[in-house]
Amino acid sequence: MSNKLFSLMPIKLTAILIIAVSMAGCGSEKRKSGSDELSLSESEISAGILEDVNSAKQIFYSLPSPLETAMLIKNAGASYNEDLLNSVDNTSNYTTNKSMALNLGIYTTDLSFASLFDQTQTSILYMNAAKRMADGLGILDAIDNNTIDMLEENINNRDRIMDIISETFMNSSSFLTENERPALASIVLVGGWVEGLYIASTLVGDANIEGNKLVERIVDQKLSFDIVMHLLEDNKDNIDVAEILTEIGDLKSTFDKIIITTTSIQAVPDEETNVTVLKSKSTIEITPEVFQELQEKVKMLRSNFIS
Amino acid sequence: MKKIFHFTVAIALLTLLPLSVNAQCKGFAKKICKVELSPYIHDGNYHAAILTVGEEAELYKTFYSDTDYRIAVCGSVNLPDIEFRVIDSDRNVLYSNKDNEYAMTWNFRLEASQQLKVFVKVPTAEGLPEEIASGCVAIMFGFLDKN
Repeated sequence: MSNKLFSLMPIKLTAILIIAVSMAGCGSEKRKSGSDELSLSESEISAGILEDVNSAKQIFYSLPSPLETAMLIKNAGASYNEDLLNSVDNTSNYTTNKSMALNLGIYTTDLSFASLFDQTQTSILYMNAAKRMADGLGILDAIDNNTIDMLEENINNRDRIMDIISETFMNSSSFLTENERPALASIVLVGGWVEGLYIASTLVGDANIEGNKLVERIVDQKLSFDIVMHLLEDNKDNIDVAEILTEIGDLKSTFDKIIITTTSIQAVPDEETNVTVLKSKSTIEITPEVFQELQEKVKMLRSNFIS
Repeated sequence: MKKIFHFTVAIALLTLLPLSVNAQCKGFAKKICKVELSPYIHDGNYHAAILTVGEEAELYKTFYSDTDYRIAVCGSVNLPDIEFRVIDSDRNVLYSNKDNEYAMTWNFRLEASQQLKVFVKVPTAEGLPEEIASGCVAIMFGFLDKN
């Protein structure tokens, strides 16, 4: 909104305009008022960082996106297993906003996972599945036929394919948040996050968890779980979100059994590479029994989401 | 007659403006801010809001070890340079762009996964018009593909 436009308007109209602008919600953020307090007790690790929340006016809770989740799984040395993906044949089962939003996140994570392993034909199938979910939610132009064509045209260009996936996911989430549907946007994110957790924990299977990079990535999700809960808490007036909050809240008791200890961070900038390394060390404590408990709970949760 | 006209325009603005202003934020994030991430790959998440001079925002995110990240924080042209800080759980400021000529991006890598806070502020600046300036502010993240 340009200042020039402001100067051309009568004062009363300008005032109304300012009010209208301030009413405009944007993104998956929450505008805080003094009485709108958050529960801050979810995690000892993040207690310090989250206790300043009330003083800020705009709050964003950012979860790893489907693309970042898939990248983390791959970089941890995981192998590709198509059997783990939610079948595209299930798309017709999803008819409610809740199921379509959850599975938009789930299919986008599956799509990202397949793409990072250069499974182009599968990627196209899953882009179509995600499109069906987005269309069902009334998300206009997030994924169109042109998107599918672009995927096919860039079959050997993974950077471009990742860019297309990132763009379509942003289109969906921005459409929902900008059209006053932030609750659905949060459900999409949580669906994608649970799918990543499911794929990673299933890929570990019965393998030894000691020194296992994929297990480390799963344990790291204790940090993101805290953000998941805040994101859902912010939207719990929505009945679908309230249901998911109850379902996913069951993971808390298991994550609470995992202990992550981290030393303080020392930021070391490297002028040559223009990258700052945040140096610190962390240790994790998790028993095979707790990991198995987490695997089972995640499997059950994901099964509920795709059924 | 003039009052009726103003009233009608005001109602129309109240009804339509939230969508149009937000749509500007989406376009701004996509067309202006996302390019700042290159060659890092945008993660696909969308964090943008209308902020007014003096307003603040905070973002909470877990960053994972051994991953190269770039954060880009951008504001509309009518806003002063946007200030941002990255803060850890001990409230230590790991980076402040104020000390770096209000750079829009920062590249970093963590040795251990951490939940960090990104604090964003639209600072008050001298020379701004008397009217309250407001505009889109976007916070975006990218990562490098190692393979």
